[in-house]
Amino acid sequence: MTAPLPALAAVDSVAQPDHGRDERAGFHPEQPDVQHDRSREDHAKDQPVEKVVMALHAAHPEKGSMTDYNFAYLDEQTKRMIRRAILKGIAIPGYQVPFASREMPMPYGWGTGGVQVTAACLTPDDTLKVIDQGADDTTNAVSIRKFFQRTAGVAVTEATTEATIIQTRHRIPETALTKGQILVYQVPIPEPLRFLEPRETETRKMHELEEYGLMHVKLYEDIARHGTIATSYDYPVKVEGRYVMDPSPIPKFDNPKLSDNPAIQLFGAGREQRIYALPPHTHVVSLDFDDHPFVASKAAHDCDLCAAQDSYLDEVITDDQGSRMFVCSDTDFCRSRREAGHLGRLGTPLSEVEQ
Amino acid sequence: MTPEALLGGFIDAPVQSAHAFRAGLEALARPGTLHSLTGATPPAPMSVAAGVLILTLCDGTTPVHLAGHHDSDAIRDWVTFHVGAPLVTAEKAMFAIGTWAAMQPVGRFAIGQPDYPDRSATLIVEMPTLAPSGPHLSGPRLSGPGIKGEARLALPETAAFVRNRALFPLGFDCFFTAGSLVAGLPRSTNVEAN
Ligand SMILES: [Zn+2]
Repeated sequence: MTAPLPALAAVDSVAQPDHGRDERAGFHPEQPDVQHDRSREDHAKDQPVEKVVMALHAAHPEKGSMTDYNFAYLDEQTKRMIRRAILKGIAIPGYQVPFASREMPMPYGWGTGGVQVTAACLTPDDTLKVIDQGADDTTNAVSIRKFFQRTAGVAVTEATTEATIIQTRHRIPETALTKGQILVYQVPIPEPLRFLEPRETETRKMHELEEYGLMHVKLYEDIARHGTIATSYDYPVKVEGRYVMDPSPIPKFDNPKLSDNPAIQLFGAGREQRIYALPPHTHVVSLDFDDHPFVASKAAHDCDLCAAQDSYLDEVITDDQGSRMFVCSDTDFCRSRREAGHLGRLGTPLSEVEQ
Repeated sequence: MTPEALLGGFIDAPVQSAHAFRAGLEALARPGTLHSLTGATPPAPMSVAAGVLILTLCDGTTPVHLAGHHDSDAIRDWVTFHVGAPLVTAEKAMFAIGTWAAMQPVGRFAIGQPDYPDRSATLIVEMPTLAPSGPHLSGPRLSGPGIKGEARLALPETAAFVRNRALFPLGFDCFFTAGSLVAGLPRSTNVEAN
């Protein structure tokens, strides 16, 4: 029935089981908590943006303008390989396509998978937005934006509505995406079954046979222990009734936005060498139970700056007495609302700030 | 190799292939929509769009099958010179180019393995015209990922694509090309006759 292709050597090599993977991922069966992964990733952020930019200069000492690099940094053969993987990902929504990830001039925790997918998609006509946990101004987001300004000469923006490609770490923008946009996710652990089964050969078999019962057992254990499904990030989804997929460590509040989205959604995992995709208007369902339906929860507050009632909030400690405020994690969304005159409990009208 | 084989490639490959990939991505991600591919002039009877797809996606690591009249000296030389892809039989192809009739029987093409469904062929099917429907073609209904509600695309037949969908997640994926136009039909699309 099946007529196997002669696999590419490079692709074949990444498909081999990697017994060190679960250790590197910091993701253990007894600690299936995405917070571990997030803190591990954050180590990479200790490296300041200046150091990465300096590393780029060191590699090309006399250079500095975009013309000194191949367009979007990667060589053409690498981009072709990534593009072929993206197209197969689009054809098989939710399935993880192996690809031969390249070294990028930044640490893995910076989202090298997302960066490679973005590099393979960019044209000079694009307008790129990069967010890290909803914010455009973190070191990680600024660094990636600068990287593509330098290597691809693309326009950049912080406005979700103006962007043609948005690379994201851990959030989906609040502003609804539109046809023609591409959302590229940085993915640390692409395999949703990894914390149940460390062996790649086994998880691949489980996807093949649609053996997803253990995933439901894990979620049900949450309910038994906490009375509710405690998983709040990285909440697994099922795509078009077939593949169980890891949506990357977005808050489960964002999960409903995965489904029927008019934009193309692409997921890149650099260290784990996987690309997967959701075409527009793909049906995506968060795993749940009849007696414990999925709830896209958020903090029960309004944004203290823009009074939004329906956006995902970050809790911010404002002084050493433990005072706190809740603000939109999506900085562009929050600013847009304040510019439109919405004012939260602790917000200052923008006109006063400017004076 | 004829001198003509050296002509008709990209002038600015990084930028032209970037635009071409985006058009191909939109086509496959939104089955039934038509997109423009320009910048290559392959030897007849290969269309501009098919030539652009080959320049954008194929290289020495992607075995290519040239079907029927596309298996000419001129096209062999052009593909070899510009992308260096090994030319192979249908069974071994990662990409195949030709008319639908020349591709028969399509059961020869790789549909992937149950654990690696991505190891499947991509067929670039040359069409006389490309349209959602036409005077002689009333396109079948398409639904599934990438399609809001339903779409229509005139296909060379319906049954083969119904069979291909039944193999999901295995199956081949198609680009349809005519002149400088391209449309995509991934294996995930449900195809229903009118
Ligand atoms: Zn706000």
